[in-house]
Amino acid sequence: MAAVTETLDTVQSVTQSGYKWGFETTIEMDFAPKGLNEDIIRLISARKEEPEWMLEWRLKAYAAWLTMTEPRWARVDHPPIDYQDLHYYAAPKKKAGPKSLDEVDPELLKMYEKLGIPLKERAILAGVDPDTVENTQIAVDAVFDSVSVATTFQATLRKAGVIFCPISEAVREHPELVKQYLGTVVPTADNFFAALNSAVFTDGSFVYIPKGVRCPMELSTYFRINARNTGQFERTLIIAAEGAHVSYLEGCTAPQRDENQLHAAVVELVALDDATIKYSTVQNWYPGDANGKGGIYNFVTKRGACRGARSKISWTQVETGSAITWKYPSCVLLGEDSVGEFYSVAVTNNHQQADTGTKMIHVGKGSRSTIISKGISAGHSNNTYRGLVKMLPSASNARNHTQCDSLLIGDQSGAHTVPYIESRNLTAKVEHEATTSKIADDQLFYCRQRGLSEEDAVGLIVNGFCKDVLKELPMEFAVEAQKLLAVSLEGSVG
Amino acid sequence: MSTGATGFLERYEAAVGRLPGDSALRAAAAAAFKVAGLPGGTPRARPVEAWKYTSLRPVAEATFQASPKHEAETLLSGLTLLDAPRLVFVDGVLRADLSDASPTMTTVGHSATVAPLLTGGSFTAGVQIARFADQPDFGTLTWPDREPMVALNTMLASDGATLDVPAGVDGGIVQLVSLSGGQGDFHPRHSIRLGKGARLTVVEISAGQGVYLLNTVAEIHVAAGAHLTHIRLQDEAATAFHVSTTYADVVAGGTYDSFTLNLGGRLSRTEVHTQLSGPGATAHLNAAQILAGSQHADFTTVVSHTAPSCGSRQTVKNVLAGRSRGVFQGKIEVARHAQKTDGYQMNQALLLSPYAEVDSKPELEIFADDVKCSHGATVGELDAEQMFYLRSRGIPDADAKSILVRAFLAEALDAVADETIRGLLETAVEQWWERQKA
Repeated sequence: MAAVTETLDTVQSVTQSGYKWGFETTIEMDFAPKGLNEDIIRLISARKEEPEWMLEWRLKAYAAWLTMTEPRWARVDHPPIDYQDLHYYAAPKKKAGPKSLDEVDPELLKMYEKLGIPLKERAILAGVDPDTVENTQIAVDAVFDSVSVATTFQATLRKAGVIFCPISEAVREHPELVKQYLGTVVPTADNFFAALNSAVFTDGSFVYIPKGVRCPMELSTYFRINARNTGQFERTLIIAAEGAHVSYLEGCTAPQRDENQLHAAVVELVALDDATIKYSTVQNWYPGDANGKGGIYNFVTKRGACRGARSKISWTQVETGSAITWKYPSCVLLGEDSVGEFYSVAVTNNHQQADTGTKMIHVGKGSRSTIISKGISAGHSNNTYRGLVKMLPSASNARNHTQCDSLLIGDQSGAHTVPYIESRNLTAKVEHEATTSKIADDQLFYCRQRGLSEEDAVGLIVNGFCKDVLKELPMEFAVEAQKLLAVSLEGSVG
Repeated sequence: MSTGATGFLERYEAAVGRLPGDSALRAAAAAAFKVAGLPGGTPRARPVEAWKYTSLRPVAEATFQASPKHEAETLLSGLTLLDAPRLVFVDGVLRADLSDASPTMTTVGHSATVAPLLTGGSFTAGVQIARFADQPDFGTLTWPDREPMVALNTMLASDGATLDVPAGVDGGIVQLVSLSGGQGDFHPRHSIRLGKGARLTVVEISAGQGVYLLNTVAEIHVAAGAHLTHIRLQDEAATAFHVSTTYADVVAGGTYDSFTLNLGGRLSRTEVHTQLSGPGATAHLNAAQILAGSQHADFTTVVSHTAPSCGSRQTVKNVLAGRSRGVFQGKIEVARHAQKTDGYQMNQALLLSPYAEVDSKPELEIFADDVKCSHGATVGELDAEQMFYLRSRGIPDADAKSILVRAFLAEALDAVADETIRGLLETAVEQWWERQKA
């Protein structure tokens, strides 16, 4: 009973229309000139005070990018992107570099407040003693455009031996780790957008969990796109050493505006023997207005390598934002008995386009993977699941189970499923199921009869449809995700 | 003779003007083929998504060889056929002397060449048969600009069967037998039209000897309330290449019920495009592929639901031994106004060897909201529990395996409703098993 009330409250609390996180902070920006060439890359590298090897790595990626063409196979449609018409470097102007939170620009702190950064960390950002909130700690490495501005909980993490810092800092402070792992999961020339990212990435997070350590708190980074005409190119690298365990949360909202913005992030995960990485995303970037004007282009390469025996990588994503989503969080299951998971909810409304899914590449003996994908299309949107399950000859006794369901709301949207199944091992087992349907009239009738408005009823049914995925999210995110689903589907019925 | 795409184009250039049918259509097809070439035919060929898992490089590089002891009569006598009328094509050309039409079949058009088929009797009802030159709707359903092998057929086709069943008539069974063994490539072109409420069963059987390419295209129209059962038994020579592309258009209340059994060929590709363009139309595209050695067989389907309240059902099973590779690509498309669509697709693969490979791509493309579409796929080896059950009852390992594989296949063949035809297919499967033992 309580749960139902809570859900209703949740649905009610978000019925105000529009994109409530659409605001823009005014902070002086430090721009590099528009365009992309070797000089810009040198400038980025210099601004980041990077060592020579990092610059060379970037230039190599740039050279590869020049020979590549934008992929056209996804079911997304957009006007050509002029890569020379973007700023590739923008940094909030800093006075001396914040050494403590007091020095952080108050505009930024206000922005976190508006963002509704959950629970205690806002208080912590405001200066509350960390010891009083020990049990529900979530460390925040807030990414404000391209530079990480504030990092909390460093002391607690340092005590545990965990490294959690902006990647540019890791390049300077932990070059041996970065050199060893960067680009080994997603090579610089992996695909067009990954190559672009490798050449120009300006920030992102670096996480290293040493052997046997269970990260003492959830790690959470808020990505935010703020500057006009600035492509955002984060690079995230997470390494869990033998027996380590980490849960990483990524949440996104962006200011409302008309111009399309390009976002091409790369996330690399490495799990060694017995390590576990759980990576959760709630993506709610500006999707464009009801007529399909504006919105973020989100071209992301996310991949995890289960290198060790019994290692596990779990992706959970709730994708409600962006005009275009092009994203396939994948697992390369190299280790014996390694585990890969992909739980996804993708909601598209109005003129949004999502082409998302996963790849599970089974190499190791006894490796297992689970794919649960829920796609919801409303308005004039198109929502595609695209996935690959591949069993290599070495993957004896490997298992995969895939379930992908699509829900259509309204008769102007499209739902598509494109799974690829390739098996070269007779002892490997693959099971795939997919369904497409609309919200059943009897379900709707049942809810309406009990006094729910049509919109609330849809929200409720959609939440039920996505339950299998939402329950995989950490609790705080699950609540936010439920709200997002309802907001995203506003105006899709009636 | 030149092989590969160039060789085909040279042959077309030489034959231009002498081929029957719409010459503009042929010229357009040749232009399309010149651009596309054989899918995967050269190392530099641009990858084509529709041919992701099948490359025709072996076709491009093959030297076609006539079988030294090739004799159509011998091949024919070795086949198990139904006791029903048959049209026999040898190296893609109709051989009246080997064919056997029933009294109820009539001929139209080039009656002089088809007449010898008739064994006499009344011609008032039944199937009208004609040769390719009389196909009234040559190329009306095909997309040579999208499918290179259809372009190739369109540019070179010179013979084939045209079967017409008038409204309300039950045409019974007609067998289309293809025997190949000559040197080269053959491009039969069939057209099948069923009038309102008509019924027909077409059984296509192909076999041969030597190294050749059989590249068949069939265009099928099923009128309102008509019912076409289309059985394909592909048992080509182990060194041969087999490509078959079927386009079927089914209107209101019509049914296209097809079953494909692929047993032979070094490389085969069976492609079926079905359009359900009238309310209440139904399509069944079932198939089984049983492969061994280094065989490669690709079963690809596209079902387009373009009218409301249509249904489609597909069950495709692969049994893969040796170093064989089985491919299934199935796409269900539902157009914006095709509400109340009911689409279902099941794909199962059984791997019997550590070197076999299966690739499966079941695809849904849906633009209507009030639909029920689903697909399922499973890949794996024989169920360990079932094996244990049989083994614990004293059945030797090899026999237990054989029982389970047969059960798996029997389920696939269940889709064939006609007992006689199912019997024919079961015999073919049995012979395949015997060949593997030998």
